[in-house]
Amino acid sequence: MTTNSPYEHHEYDVLIIGAGGAGLRAAIEAKQRGLKVGIVTKSLLGKAHTVMAEGGMAAAMGNVYSEDNWMVHFRDTMRGGKYLNNYRMAELHAKEAPDRVRELEQWGALFDRTKDGKILQRDFGGHRYARLAHVGDRTGLELIRTLQQKVVSMGTDVFMECKVLQLVHDSSGRVAGCVAYWRANGEFVTFSAKAVIMATGGVGKSWKFTSNSWEGTGDGHAMALWAGAKLIDMECVQFHPTGMVWPLSVRGLLVTEGVRGDGGVLRNSEGKRFMFDYVADMFRAETADSEAEADRWYDDHTAGRRPPELLPRDEVARAINAEVKAGRGSPHGGVFLDIATRRSAEVIRRRLPSMYHQFMELAGVDITREAMEIGPTLHYIMGGVQVDAETAGTAVPGLFAAGEVAGGMHGANRLGGNSLSDLIVFGKRAGAGAADYIAGGDVANGFDQGEVESAVREALAPFTRENGENPYDIHRDLQEMMQANVGIIRTASEVEEAITKLEEFTERVQNISVKGGRAYNPGWNLATDLPSMLTVSKTTARGANLRKESRGGHTREDFPGTDANLAKVNFSHSITGGWAGEITTVESPVLEIPAELKSLLEEAK
Amino acid sequence: MTDVTMKVWRGDASGGAFENYSVTQQEGEVVLDVIHRIQATEAPDLACRWNCKAGKCGSCAVEVNGKPRLMCMTRMDTLPEGPVTLTPMKTFPIIRDLVTDVSFNYAMAEKVPALLPPPMPEGGYVMFQEDVERSQEFRKCIECFMCQDVCHVIRDHEDNKQHYAGPRFFIRTAELEMHPLDTNDRREFVREEMGLGYCNITKCCTEVCPEHIKITDNAIIPLKERVVDAHYDPVAWLGRKIRRKTKMSSTEAAVQPAP
Repeated sequence: MTTNSPYEHHEYDVLIIGAGGAGLRAAIEAKQRGLKVGIVTKSLLGKAHTVMAEGGMAAAMGNVYSEDNWMVHFRDTMRGGKYLNNYRMAELHAKEAPDRVRELEQWGALFDRTKDGKILQRDFGGHRYARLAHVGDRTGLELIRTLQQKVVSMGTDVFMECKVLQLVHDSSGRVAGCVAYWRANGEFVTFSAKAVIMATGGVGKSWKFTSNSWEGTGDGHAMALWAGAKLIDMECVQFHPTGMVWPLSVRGLLVTEGVRGDGGVLRNSEGKRFMFDYVADMFRAETADSEAEADRWYDDHTAGRRPPELLPRDEVARAINAEVKAGRGSPHGGVFLDIATRRSAEVIRRRLPSMYHQFMELAGVDITREAMEIGPTLHYIMGGVQVDAETAGTAVPGLFAAGEVAGGMHGANRLGGNSLSDLIVFGKRAGAGAADYIAGGDVANGFDQGEVESAVREALAPFTRENGENPYDIHRDLQEMMQANVGIIRTASEVEEAITKLEEFTERVQNISVKGGRAYNPGWNLATDLPSMLTVSKTTARGANLRKESRGGHTREDFPGTDANLAKVNFSHSITGGWAGEITTVESPVLEIPAELKSLLEEAK
Repeated sequence: MTDVTMKVWRGDASGGAFENYSVTQQEGEVVLDVIHRIQATEAPDLACRWNCKAGKCGSCAVEVNGKPRLMCMTRMDTLPEGPVTLTPMKTFPIIRDLVTDVSFNYAMAEKVPALLPPPMPEGGYVMFQEDVERSQEFRKCIECFMCQDVCHVIRDHEDNKQHYAGPRFFIRTAELEMHPLDTNDRREFVREEMGLGYCNITKCCTEVCPEHIKITDNAIIPLKERVVDAHYDPVAWLGRKIRRKTKMSSTEAAVQPAP
């Protein structure tokens, strides 16, 4: 590969954008295949949003319930996703997750143990058996540290605090690298690569109340779309049922589902365990219908059916929303999550140390004595880059995607615990997919310097405008608008208004002014994030408008039921003309499930 | 709601000065909320590092009134009345404003000999909770580097960074040494390459650890004991060598590829 880049330039076989669980796992795989691997991350290594994952990673190892196996995990994932999933991803995930979890122990991970010394597994919503490998309530930290330390021990180049602006192509249209800038000094840097793996995580920062960190600006979703890939299921956004609601400054901060897995229950202002009133027909046969039955289940899953607090997240979030709307909410607009009256202080502190600490420090609430006030918070996007299940390849040659940025695996709603396992299963597959693609020989050759120059010009434009808008004002308005118009419950008029308003936001972003210099300037950084946030918001609003039904994380007030025809389609978006260009949305058929797998779903119904 | 003056150090490697920002503090706010409000209004180019805003990633460590703290976990209403002073961590070179160059820590991390476990048996390793708990404590570390910041061996003596790794890497080494699966021996390494002997156990690191890891008592002191055993007591050293045949010297260990 040859380039005449006027900027600092690096060349790799595989370039990975993002250093969370998926990116790091992909790097390990590509390194093990003998390739030259570079990782670019806009934060420091080890700080990615993966560290925020608390409860665990789902893998049917059968360490606690020997009845568990990949077929049950597959079934749970498909039911949780309301059948919108790419079945092949769900199948591979269920089959491969146990090996992916076990191999982490070779690299230093130390999970909590069963009495006979195996990896302990915990209960979570939507999983029939206790299935989540975990370390207290800091499993994400364990995952990222393990992968980080493995990557470091292999001698991988990591470009930290380096923000990628755009992918670039070679003359035949293959993805051939990217252009980025160093946050520390604002200087541009180019990378050429035979294959690029997008592993950038989620999109939460377009909404006001989210559990996502500042990094969740959808850069990878947007850059892949701009480069010619397709985005699917973007309307399927997960509102986690339990985020903190008070104090306002931490509203949206995650409270792990592990609280409910370990016995915590939801109560309204009347003290009632209201979830029994919200069991959908689909889950009635396997859900307890009395408190006594539900309580027996925690110790022995054969002694009763599951508590309704452990329904999939979409079901629980909608129920909380309905209770608050009916006037039975808590003082700060949530409901109560009570583990204090259910488990001893000692158990709570041992099983949920981070939650104990988080509420004590930030809210002044002792969760071993009082209930927590919680409410739904934007947590995850099921939608993402459309990929091939086996290779994680996208519609553009040379571009791969894994983790939250990829779509399909989780359908319309993700089960808790399936995200960390998704990262390691498809991170490895993306690394292997990229390696196989390179071995095929038909790879990128040089890149289009014109694309680099236009990205650089666009990035610098805010410094040249006088009297333009402050990027922080635009970001705040965008968050307010998306929260109000494309939030947990949606309706035609609001979503249509969002689509119109997003065009106005596009104009505003084209008129941003940035103060100060290029060195570590957060205002400039935000200005370069906003095009991605708008692209993501537009595809989410368009999908939300077209999906005239309620399914998983997408709830329409004006179409509360499911529509059998819409169960067969993913809405697929493409764009022409750069970030402010024209988006086209078409129906793309959901992959047909082969008969032998379909029978797994039906047997259990 | 009260008004408070934030005295924020602004500048870069070439120098800088305090700037005062007067802000209205709202109920329940943490220091990071106030910084974000200053960025969104008066000073959009005010540099600070942060990610999770939940005390889990360790990005937002600065010195609040002279003491290292995570900005996201420091409630404004717990600080004494009067101006709040924010300065970058002193031990590391300044990039800009509150952001420092912490690459020293990443360079150190590369030197630590990796875990070297035996091959994994069919069905995975068997380890018991009581055996994993020791290392689990150290794996709670969120790499905020406040222990490094407060350690006077490098805080006050820049040249010591050549031969001293700091508390973060003592707990990392202790974690590996106490890991139930590990067969590497890092005792010479931690003495010779990481300068464990420079630590005179003043426990400053333990005091600032946001994860409440007992760095000094549970990692540094046991490591010092092991190093002393290995280095100065030939009988104990020989005994260990015979009993634990699988442990390697640090020179051998350093070149061993991890599986």
